[in-house]
Amino acid sequence: MANTTTTATDVAEGTAEAVGHAADAAGHAAESAGMPQLDFSTFPNQIFWLLVTLVVLYFILAKIALPRLAGILADRQGRITSDLEMAARLKDQAQEAEKAYQQALVDARTEAGKIVAAARAEIQADLDKATAKADAEIAARAAESAKRIDEIRAGAVASVSDVAKDTAEAIVAALGGKADAKSVAAAVAARMKG
Amino acid sequence: MAAETEAQGLTFHPMDQFKVGPLFGDALSAFSITNVTLWMAVAVLCVIVLFVLGTAKRSVVPGRMQSIAELAYGFVYKMVEDVTGHDGVKYFPYIFTLFIFIAFSNFLGLLPGAFTTTSHVAVTAVMAVMVFLFVTILGFAKNGLHFLGLFWVSSAPLALRPILAVIELISYFVRPVSHSIRLAGNMMAGHAVIKVFAAFAPLVLFSAVGYAVTPLSILAIVAMYALEILVAFIQAYVFTILTCVYLRDALHPGH
Repeated sequence: MANTTTTATDVAEGTAEAVGHAADAAGHAAESAGMPQLDFSTFPNQIFWLLVTLVVLYFILAKIALPRLAGILADRQGRITSDLEMAARLKDQAQEAEKAYQQALVDARTEAGKIVAAARAEIQADLDKATAKADAEIAARAAESAKRIDEIRAGAVASVSDVAKDTAEAIVAALGGKADAKSVAAAVAARMKG
Repeated sequence: MAAETEAQGLTFHPMDQFKVGPLFGDALSAFSITNVTLWMAVAVLCVIVLFVLGTAKRSVVPGRMQSIAELAYGFVYKMVEDVTGHDGVKYFPYIFTLFIFIAFSNFLGLLPGAFTTTSHVAVTAVMAVMVFLFVTILGFAKNGLHFLGLFWVSSAPLALRPILAVIELISYFVRPVSHSIRLAGNMMAGHAVIKVFAAFAPLVLFSAVGYAVTPLSILAIVAMYALEILVAFIQAYVFTILTCVYLRDALHPGH
């Protein structure tokens, strides 16, 4: 057997002797057939290092990496959720502000309308008062004027009768008559009653 | 055929890449530092770089490494949750460890000159048996004898049930075999095929036929390599999702 497998590597030979395993013969034969996977002499080594690796990996992953990743993902999820909430809240606030603004606008408009109406009413009242005052003044003046006109008229009639008397006396005198002042006055008055 | 090609100067050693050997000295014991140790350590280092250093900043807006770590986390977490249900989530760290080990070993094995730890049945069988034992013990611990209901197909006609039970029982015990050989076989086959194509590549140095064969073999290597990248991920995924399926059977044996 050993002679037929001398073409196999010396390493495998040495290994076989060193380990001195019962499975070596079979493993050796398999290796010479070209399947290192079936070289059972390497199994303990592979299995030992595999178990070491898996344990180390498990502790690295389960104790450090996975909790950290879970934390990162949860943080991000929380951040996204809170950001969305805040955005919704801000949107609500903006909508409220807009509503308040619109309300203020409407209020201002009605207020302005009220003020305009009040001003208009005030002006109207002032105007009315002024008109009434003016009317009263006009009426007073007119009455005064009428009185003065009457006075003037009365004065004028008196003057006319005086002038007429004087004129009649003068005419009578000029015609050579001798006018009696009393009769002239009576004649003029009679004439003037007309 | 081997003698013929070697006469032309071509050497075919597609399986040499799978040899396990000590890095220092000649003696191989269970505890000696071998290429297995080296590449498993490289995998552990890569995991530390990606999952510990890559996430150290805990940024809300992740960088590249943190994105990859988060993607891997989300991918496996969703798989466990979807397949096993909510009560399977507490086994997520174990499943994630398996997935990450297999994925990193598969991808690291694709580096030229690297040793692929997952191409060895010894490695995959240990993981498959671990899963098998864990799931079986968990099944009995959680469900007691109801766990045996897994083998008693109550939807089948009564006469068929014993026969189905035998079949189910056999298929249950074949699980770790298929579980482990699927992964190791895929990794080994792909790498071996790449190596065979690679052996044809220097033909141009020895023969005029090489002007046709060498470009073709290089093209084939590239194509196989692309396929192997896919396989590296898919096999890690398949191993993990099968683990999840077995776990679901243990948690809910009644289907």
